[in-house]
Amino acid sequence: MLQLPLVVTAQVDLLLVLVSLLAFWTRLSHLNYPNAVVFDEVYYGQFVSLYMKRVFFIDDSGPPLGHMILASGAYLGGFDGNFVWNRIGAEYPSTVNVWSLRLLPALCGALCVPLVYLLTLELKFSHLSALGAAVLLLLENSLIVQSRFMLLESVLIFFVLLAFFSYLRFHNAPSSSWSRYSWLILSGVSCGAAVGVKYMGLFSYLLLLVVASLHTWKLIGDKTISHMNVCVQSVHRVLCLVVVPVLLYVFWFYVHLSFLNRSGPHDQLMSSAFQASLQGGLSRITRGQPLEVAYGSQVTLRSSVSQPIPCWLHSHKVNYPIRYDNGRGSSHQQQVTCYPFKDVNNWWIIKDPGRQQLVVDTPPRPVRHGDVIQLVHGMTSRFLNSHDVAAPMSPHTQEVSGYIDFNVSMPAQNLWRVDISNREAESEVWKTILSEVRLIHVNTSAVLKLSGVSLPDWGFRQLEVVADKLFKAHSSSLEWTVEEHRYGTSQEQKEREAELHSPTHIDVDRKISFWAKFVELQWKMLTVKQEESEHKYSSSPLEWITMETNIAYWLHSSTNAQIHLIGNPVSWGVANLSLLAYQLLAVVYLLRRRRGLKDVPDGVWDQFVCLGCVCVGGWLVNFVPFLLMDKTLFLYHYLPALCYLYLLSPALLEHAHTHLLSSVTHQRALCVGALAVLLSIFLTYRTFCPLTYGSPELSAHQLQGLKWRDTWDILYRRR
Amino acid sequence: PNSFQTTFTPVSKDKNSQTAGHLAGGDTQSSNGPSGQFLARESIESPSKVLLMLVAGLSFSTRLYMITEPPHVCWDETHFGKMGSYYINRTFFFDVHPPLGKMLIGLAGYMSGYDGTFPFIKPGDKYENQNYWGMRGFCATLGSFLPIFAYLIVLELSNSCTAAIIAATLLIFDTGCITISQYILLDPILMFFIMAAVLSMVKFNQQRYRSFSASWWLWLVLTGINLAGALGVKFVGLFVIILVGLNTIWDLWRLLGDMSLSLVDIAKHFLARAFALILLPVILYVTIFAVHFVVLNKSGPGDGFFSSAFQSRLIGNNLHNASMPEYLAFGSTVTIKNLRIAGGYLHSHWHLYPEGVGARQQQVTAYLHKDYNNLWVVHRQQDNNSQSGNPDLVRHGDIVRLEHKETTRNLHSHLHEAPLTKKHFQVTGYGINGTGDANDLWQVEVCGGRKGDPVKVLRSKVRFLHRATGCVLYSSGKTLPKWGWEQIEVTCSPYLKETPSSQWNIEDHINPKLPNISLSVLKPNFLEILLESHIVMFRGNSGLKPKDNEMNSKPWHWPINYQGLRFSGVNATEYRVYLLGNPVVWWINLASLGLYLTMVAVASIATQRGFSLEHSLVLVRGGGLLMLGWLLHYAPFFTMGRILYFHHYFPAMLFSSMLTGLTLDILFRSADLLLHPPYSYWFQRAGQLLLLFSILYSFYLFHPLSYGMTGPLAHEPGSAMADLKWMDSWEF
Repeated sequence: MLQLPLVVTAQVDLLLVLVSLLAFWTRLSHLNYPNAVVFDEVYYGQFVSLYMKRVFFIDDSGPPLGHMILASGAYLGGFDGNFVWNRIGAEYPSTVNVWSLRLLPALCGALCVPLVYLLTLELKFSHLSALGAAVLLLLENSLIVQSRFMLLESVLIFFVLLAFFSYLRFHNAPSSSWSRYSWLILSGVSCGAAVGVKYMGLFSYLLLLVVASLHTWKLIGDKTISHMNVCVQSVHRVLCLVVVPVLLYVFWFYVHLSFLNRSGPHDQLMSSAFQASLQGGLSRITRGQPLEVAYGSQVTLRSSVSQPIPCWLHSHKVNYPIRYDNGRGSSHQQQVTCYPFKDVNNWWIIKDPGRQQLVVDTPPRPVRHGDVIQLVHGMTSRFLNSHDVAAPMSPHTQEVSGYIDFNVSMPAQNLWRVDISNREAESEVWKTILSEVRLIHVNTSAVLKLSGVSLPDWGFRQLEVVADKLFKAHSSSLEWTVEEHRYGTSQEQKEREAELHSPTHIDVDRKISFWAKFVELQWKMLTVKQEESEHKYSSSPLEWITMETNIAYWLHSSTNAQIHLIGNPVSWGVANLSLLAYQLLAVVYLLRRRRGLKDVPDGVWDQFVCLGCVCVGGWLVNFVPFLLMDKTLFLYHYLPALCYLYLLSPALLEHAHTHLLSSVTHQRALCVGALAVLLSIFLTYRTFCPLTYGSPELSAHQLQGLKWRDTWDILYRRR
Repeated sequence: PNSFQTTFTPVSKDKNSQTAGHLAGGDTQSSNGPSGQFLARESIESPSKVLLMLVAGLSFSTRLYMITEPPHVCWDETHFGKMGSYYINRTFFFDVHPPLGKMLIGLAGYMSGYDGTFPFIKPGDKYENQNYWGMRGFCATLGSFLPIFAYLIVLELSNSCTAAIIAATLLIFDTGCITISQYILLDPILMFFIMAAVLSMVKFNQQRYRSFSASWWLWLVLTGINLAGALGVKFVGLFVIILVGLNTIWDLWRLLGDMSLSLVDIAKHFLARAFALILLPVILYVTIFAVHFVVLNKSGPGDGFFSSAFQSRLIGNNLHNASMPEYLAFGSTVTIKNLRIAGGYLHSHWHLYPEGVGARQQQVTAYLHKDYNNLWVVHRQQDNNSQSGNPDLVRHGDIVRLEHKETTRNLHSHLHEAPLTKKHFQVTGYGINGTGDANDLWQVEVCGGRKGDPVKVLRSKVRFLHRATGCVLYSSGKTLPKWGWEQIEVTCSPYLKETPSSQWNIEDHINPKLPNISLSVLKPNFLEILLESHIVMFRGNSGLKPKDNEMNSKPWHWPINYQGLRFSGVNATEYRVYLLGNPVVWWINLASLGLYLTMVAVASIATQRGFSLEHSLVLVRGGGLLMLGWLLHYAPFFTMGRILYFHHYFPAMLFSSMLTGLTLDILFRSADLLLHPPYSYWFQRAGQLLLLFSILYSFYLFHPLSYGMTGPLAHEPGSAMADLKWMDSWEF
């Protein structure tokens, strides 16, 4: 039955619409200016290009969702990945749609403003406070700068705010409505997304979990609810806030890995098995190699450790110097090293000690765990040997050499036992790529090891290989994998050399499971250490609070037009003041309540505590961890923490207005003060606009006027 | 506490006879058994006293057994023994730890007749006829108190003898605790103070209904004294200070909520704690340093780390009663010291910056040790010849060229990035034998001076402004990588703010043409020395970075007993001692941590839902304190950038063992929730017996780790330790 009249009642919060429109205007106008690479676009850009070409890469700075979002912007704009991201300030060619590259971060940045408005409402403060928070965010120059380029902070902040907003929405909704669970799911999804964009999202996620557990704890203590109901509700929360984010996090990697299936520049960091699963690269070389290593196989042995660089066991026709620089002697036998490039001298032949021949039998006799073998260097026919002579750079270990008989009563000790360390996961038989093998020297029970030290000039700066008796059991520097492999067919040295020079061939496709790839990739991302060096614009966390530092993002190639990451100094001051004020007020309240003096009613107190948990807590978790980090840090790492303070300031002002000030005159004075502050925030925003948007160009004198702090680096072009 | 008597009587009775039965001799059982049963009928006090004597006896005998073996320097004895000797010889040295521990070692050596002559050069050196047993015995004695303290703490927290005896047993029979107590190390001393502080704190908590009584004051003051002791041995003592601090805040919070107390009473409580836990420890701590500086008055290996003023205190230092030309002149040979604390001397050497680090010119660094490469010659802009007659003085505003004496290169800077501080410019050595370019010129500026002022040696603060770029010579305090020999970076900073990092003083000054004048250098006051030595220590501590290619122990290795430390010996033929926890004890501890968390979670959810459980208060309060102690002594290591060792975990391990005692006892006693008596009683007994047996048997298996092993390594055939290498990563 249709009921007439048909009425649609819509309530539109005009304030919300207005701030949203302003936010879109400040973030999105002239988005494609400057038409040049700005600051970290040079870093993220290369990954976007790799996405477009579906080439595999590793980025240890964060999980893949952030890159995927940037890449999807590029995809929408039809970017083909053909642009060399080599320096900041390089002009984009007309084929690159700059606007679409920057669109998604800018949208997220703009949406943060209405989100803050809604979040303040959910914290149960008034629309006026909400407006205040939105304006603070709207007129924050640093957030505008960070949103307008192909960077990830604005995306991160968006998801974090969304997570909190939707969680509070869920919490505030009446417990009878079932639709509130959709808010809880949204909250979980946003958490998963926030962590997926940057690891920094983890801090806010953990805070949200703490807040949620506190609420759940209260729920458990509520004896009016049945045990069953408590159980069900708790399980719901765990499902939405723990299980969903974890699954999503894995899902980002699943997309990442299934999307990037071509080999590329970071292959070398991954295990051979991983590399073989990518198209091109190693899989092209190894496709169709025989799987089982047999007596007579020709192999290259790659060290399982990729520190300092991936390399292969190598030898060449040069001997160890008779005496080293420090006067110690050597065996003067042929050098054995580890060499980081593909080379014909990386080939070794597996030989059965009991037989002379160097070709594979038909059928091949595979080498198994525990077998004793000899390794013959393909090009020089020297046997891999070790003896009780100190190694060149690591004198506590044994030297490894290609054996030369100088008739000096130094017998050959060239038997090695094969120890397959992952035989439980793989098999007893030595397999190409899959098996991780330790070579144990039979005479001395020392283990062949990459020491990781570079040899001096006499060793051509290649890496030292030693045999170590006192080894740490689970060190991957002891393990070697066969990478290239073929069955040798020529017994004659000359023919064999020709054979070694020819490329390997044949055909099988090896797959490793998604989980194995996920675990390996995640582990590599967390452990790959890039050389940490100070950046010209890096800063320490304590400098962020007072904004002692700035970052130059871009300088026009010929004029003084430039873009800087500089916050709105007045807003930062307001934020710091409110942080301080909240803490003071909280201490006073707490002490007085403990003595039984209740200054505010319980409902207001709860609201005050909730504000503190979310805002001061949010600031703490997003700031304090940086104090303990050893990384190169930048001012933009502070932006998420700053957003929490902007939420706090107007709410605290409202609290003071309604509960602390009793006389009307004081309240009016506070309002006037707040208005004056807002006005000055607007004025400073206007003042710094040229450094935020990069136009108009300022004269050197004007720039000098904008240098409000001695420690800021503002660039002047000498005319 | 009478209410506990009935509950605990059977437990303590049985425990007593049990433990007696496991003593080596069978005859002790017959003599001790009946008396134990007899005692059990009395109040809880008596059996706990007997148990305490037993714990003390076992503890001392396990720690002091074979104390003089091996008769050579083991592991870090090379440092701490040496430093003990320095105290006996009164030679000044530098160490990253505060002095109390080493002072006590020195004192123990002195009392036992050690004369401080043994050089302690490297591990493995034979002691021959030196009296080293005194120092080892002292450390072992302090280490023997740990199980006793653990016993008392757990008894106080849980009111259960069983819990206390479990904790004490775990510690007595842990090979790691024995090993680390038996040598000349700081750890036993540190752990003694930590445990003593916790014990006093717990005892003080029990006195809460007797505020301001004599025993209340006694335990409060003892807590403060032990805190000072802990911090005086190692900075790790800070963690126990935080523990006591949190406990005190909690206590004050409780008092504040007590409406029967007036604000004046609360203020009294607050002031009493502030006096005993803040003021008193600070005074004691400062006193320790005062003694340190008074005792060590001779120049030694640590001089270069300290400022010129500091060095002038030390007998034998070249600045002690120094005499040199008073004003800096052209042609003088000088050393230039940075004014930042532990800033080092301006230094250069025959090595170039490596490729990719600015220009490939000679390195200029700051170096903390005295060295002939720290010498520089002050020249005028142009001439290199020494003038006849009296040399001119260098004055504020003069342009100078600083030539490195050894390599004759000039101090030089240019618009290349500095190696580490990218905001600054690189400083190099350039030119040779007086030739150079305009980038070699520096303007001398005396801080607070006017044009024409002369530069006073040692007293004037000088800045060197680079003429061409306008930057100022600066020591960033960052350690260069290997290519720079881990010396300190020197840069030219474009930021002209006056900071100690950009100020230098002239320390040595040699100019034969000028008369030497005796300089009574401003003696620094005590507080300056104190502050300076602390900053130097902190720098030193954070400078202990793990080296490349060196296996670094990770904090997560520790609780699982992943890998130990070689105290002595490597090869089959040597006498080997290996610091490794008794794996059974450590794994029980690890499991108990998880068990504790589960039990607390169950108990608190049950309480929150309105059920009441018998032991939940002890579990949450007592266990919570120990858990907090464990966390405070363990978690901070995850954030530390410095090099870490396995033995850093031992203070945390003490807390973990105490927590195990408390947790397992409550677990056994909670059997009645699931089982009916007498089964629950049997379960309890069986659990305790099994625990005791496994600890004792594992100790029997692993005792050679502490008391020394010879012969083949565990993985080689014929080893006495065969089959005991349960983890591949153990190296014995």
